[in-house]
Amino acid sequence: MIAIIDYDMGNLRSLENALDRLGAAYQVTAEPGAIRSADRVILPGVGHAGLAMDNLVERGLPDVIRSLRQPVLGICVGMQVLCRDSEEAPGKPCLGVFDAHVRRFSPAPGCKVPHMGWNELGNLEGKLLKDIASRSYVYFVHSYYAGLCPDTVATCRYGDVLFSAALRYENFYGTQFHPEKSGGIGERILHNFLAL
Amino acid sequence: MLAKRIIPCLDVKDGRVVKGIHFVGLQDVGDAVELGRRYALEGADELVYLDISATLEGRKTFAELVSKVAGAVNIPFTVGGGIRSLEDASRLLDAGADKITLNSAAIARPDLIGEIASKYGRQFVVVAIDAKSCPDGLWRATTHGGSRPSDKELFSWAREAEERGAGEILFTSMDHDGTRNGYPCPVYATLSDSLGIPVIASGGAGSVDDIAAVLTEGKADAALAASIFHYGQYTVAEVKRQLAGKGIPVRI
Repeated sequence: MIAIIDYDMGNLRSLENALDRLGAAYQVTAEPGAIRSADRVILPGVGHAGLAMDNLVERGLPDVIRSLRQPVLGICVGMQVLCRDSEEAPGKPCLGVFDAHVRRFSPAPGCKVPHMGWNELGNLEGKLLKDIASRSYVYFVHSYYAGLCPDTVATCRYGDVLFSAALRYENFYGTQFHPEKSGGIGERILHNFLAL
Repeated sequence: MLAKRIIPCLDVKDGRVVKGIHFVGLQDVGDAVELGRRYALEGADELVYLDISATLEGRKTFAELVSKVAGAVNIPFTVGGGIRSLEDASRLLDAGADKITLNSAAIARPDLIGEIASKYGRQFVVVAIDAKSCPDGLWRATTHGGSRPSDKELFSWAREAEERGAGEILFTSMDHDGTRNGYPCPVYATLSDSLGIPVIASGGAGSVDDIAAVLTEGKADAALAASIFHYGQYTVAEVKRQLAGKGIPVRI
């Protein structure tokens, strides 16, 4: 059973649909007990990182999440709150699982913010991205990014910025892109997560 | 590199796709879910479903269709047509839509853009502008499918929509829509340069060259097309292969 953490950070429908297509069983929950006992945990998130941290704190979840030993996947803002801190949440520590700082993209000619659409993955490493070819396209929608760090297992370039498209530290994984919206490549990545 | 997006548009009436969509081997051309899935497999980067039902019953059927599409399609999709309130938008979000488009309703009540964007994020809100060039040289937005002029000037309205929370602008030139003679590229370039959010070009494509022109000279981030796919002139895959051959970054 997969626990999808429900902390009021955006619509979970597309993630649920993607897991349905893969035939995976899941429950949407904010119960610490259910999260601890799940085989796998997904921390989704669309919206504001500061609000996401507040919502996790309100539900008493930061320590629950940090202490998990099963595979955990943070998606988009869910990945960002697993980082050390974010410019979107000034003065607020994030979960600090990944040793990355989250910054805002600066608008530049030809580089609109948010970074929205399909972009290429590079420097792929590890089991989550097994059998994914370099330069595969995945779907991004974000205005903030995690810089490169020792936990980076995939990169993406937007304008002059090379950022972490995926992160991994021990049992924790994160994708800045949305695997649930990334066509067949995204399905393979979710499948890899289920096979960890 | 961020790819330029190719977005097929499907017009839906009472739950069925209308317009002469021609697919060899596809018996039921009215099946919006099956068509969407086929476009996605062919390499469409996103899909747009526009509800052109005029009845309450049709609207209900559309919401049911949206949840079926969400279950079947693994790429982002946008829905539009008749969204007049935050409740309308919420219903479609709950059904699984990734984005909504606002058109006439945003002109009638611009606050609607901010109301939806502040609740669901700017990435959820696409503002569609159907504009016409006027005798005084200005481009003005129209409403109700181009039939009614408004006082909104294209460039200032697009900037206002961005400031209010739009995540993308979908601009259709009513002078070019349906002509298959190409897009007004200089107008697109000016629009794209004046905004910090992506611009989707719509209406007028008759060939891959037209799409290539609006994505390069016109500086558009994406192209929405209906008839060149619907009449079986090109598949999505063929359009993308040809664009790639011209050096335009596309997801193949």
